[in-house]
Amino acid sequence: MVRDGSALLEIDTGLVASILEGFIRDEVHKVGFDRVVVGLSGGVDSSLVTALASNALGPDRVVPVIMPYRTSSPSSEADARQVSEMLGTTPELVDISPEIDAYFARFPDADRTRRGNKMARERMSILYDRSMEHRALVVGTSNKTELLLGYGTLYGDMASALNPIGDLYKTQVFALARALGLPEPVLTKPPSADLWEGQSDEDELGLRYAVADAVLYHLVDERRRPEELIALGFTPELVDDIGRRVRASQYKRRPPLIAKVSKRTIDRDFRYPRDWGR
Amino acid sequence: MVLERQRTRLIDTQEQPERQSEPTGAVVIAMAQIAPRLGDVATNVARHVGILVEAAANGAGLVVFPELSLTGYFLKDLVPETALRLDSDEIATLCAACVEIDALVGCVIESDDSRFYNAALYISGGAVRHIHRKVYLPTYGLFDEQRYLATGDRFETLELPLLSRNAVRPWHGGVLICEDMWHPSAPSLLARQSVDVFLCPSASPVRGVLRGAALGTAQSYDVMTRTYAQLFTAFLVYCNRVGYEDGVKFWGGSRIIGPDGAPLDEPAGSDEALIYQRVERSALRRARIETPLLRDERHDVNDAETDRIRRERGSTS
Repeated sequence: MVRDGSALLEIDTGLVASILEGFIRDEVHKVGFDRVVVGLSGGVDSSLVTALASNALGPDRVVPVIMPYRTSSPSSEADARQVSEMLGTTPELVDISPEIDAYFARFPDADRTRRGNKMARERMSILYDRSMEHRALVVGTSNKTELLLGYGTLYGDMASALNPIGDLYKTQVFALARALGLPEPVLTKPPSADLWEGQSDEDELGLRYAVADAVLYHLVDERRRPEELIALGFTPELVDDIGRRVRASQYKRRPPLIAKVSKRTIDRDFRYPRDWGR
Repeated sequence: MVLERQRTRLIDTQEQPERQSEPTGAVVIAMAQIAPRLGDVATNVARHVGILVEAAANGAGLVVFPELSLTGYFLKDLVPETALRLDSDEIATLCAACVEIDALVGCVIESDDSRFYNAALYISGGAVRHIHRKVYLPTYGLFDEQRYLATGDRFETLELPLLSRNAVRPWHGGVLICEDMWHPSAPSLLARQSVDVFLCPSASPVRGVLRGAALGTAQSYDVMTRTYAQLFTAFLVYCNRVGYEDGVKFWGGSRIIGPDGAPLDEPAGSDEALIYQRVERSALRRARIETPLLRDERHDVNDAETDRIRRERGSTS
């Protein structure tokens, strides 16, 4: 018997939306900004973040940037446009094909992981450039499931100034997106990084999000031991696999290691809040 | 900055020329539910002074500020940099603002031997009258207080000077800072020294948003504040801060509970607010006649049992 996380992970969507919108407003204003840019793919994560930001700051202060590659599914761009239109934001379109193709002309044998990572980092680079132009902060779109599993590109889609949804599992992202009234295709299509044709998160991970979320919730939030999860009906292989992914990707959730030589090393014994003086 | 006034319970000042002289012994207590600027003591001091001036003009006898209201909460290595000595200019400025009104203010106090305490200062009549140094410093989960701060070791009551003025009997107060409340021996020790009002400044963050268990921490404080007020038949003023620090939201919900365990009003929301509440001294008498728990408390049994337990199990149990 395998349990999914839908009942376990049910959130008070109104409360969560107010916390996250307040977070965006507070942390953006506190550092002297009033606008944000978001990479909007048309998937549920970035659509939700765009909606939260739009509710928090007003649609005229949110710049969704749509950055397709030539193999991206045309429906993704259509979904992104629909979300943007529904929210009343004005999207920017930056096709990343020319620069990606120019780069890989020099490395024609690159596999799709390298290509995918490069695209994610190209989009990051564009977002930070657009943020400079708009005098805006980059808002991140990585959810808790992918952060814990390490299913993201370091300094690519994982890069941002603020991440409002990094403490929400994918199941909870869907629930909140539904509560905020995002368009049906965004809520029902299979999650995909859309880095190559036909890519699907759940195929690539070899996991269903509902199951992964339940296991992660028990392990991380409830601090249950693996034996307890097995007793709850999860297979030992699954519990082991997820635990291993979390450990293996720990480096992605931490700043780079600094070799300690002085008495006071950044982030080890030099510890200040980020909101220092704010 | 002007605070949004959520619920003004104030009688207008013409009706109340003598603040504390009516038969019910009523006083007005204000809760300054603010979002301090993290690590910016100068800005926060100025803010406090502004609030004190406003609250005094509105007839309040006491303003309770949240935990670490002069510094913000997640200070980390800012603790020594934001710490104040009792003879500092900042404290002098606050004392000067507390001539017509009392204040309970949160700050980091540095001792002569360079220990840093999470403290609440009761300021009245232009001077610091009482210091409570937080005894229970949470160091688990998202909390890390014992890494940076020294622990206090006393729960002492104080006479509340301005509240006492013109009152038939003096008001006695006792301070519990946030995590102190999670240890029921703390209010019990205060109650044994006679407490009419628990003053509870707090910096309680939001955790837990699952459906049905919405805002787990707020529910815990709901239970604790009502329970302590009722069991010790005393008023309880809970002033929690608001705002965000490094992505962590503080949920506010400041309120005053009466000595029968009933809140005097709905808890505040999670925006900044200066909340005034009229508190009647006579409610204490009525509650203690109806439910004479203080009269019936068996301190002798408590002491004898404490001795026995220490004998049998050692002092750490």
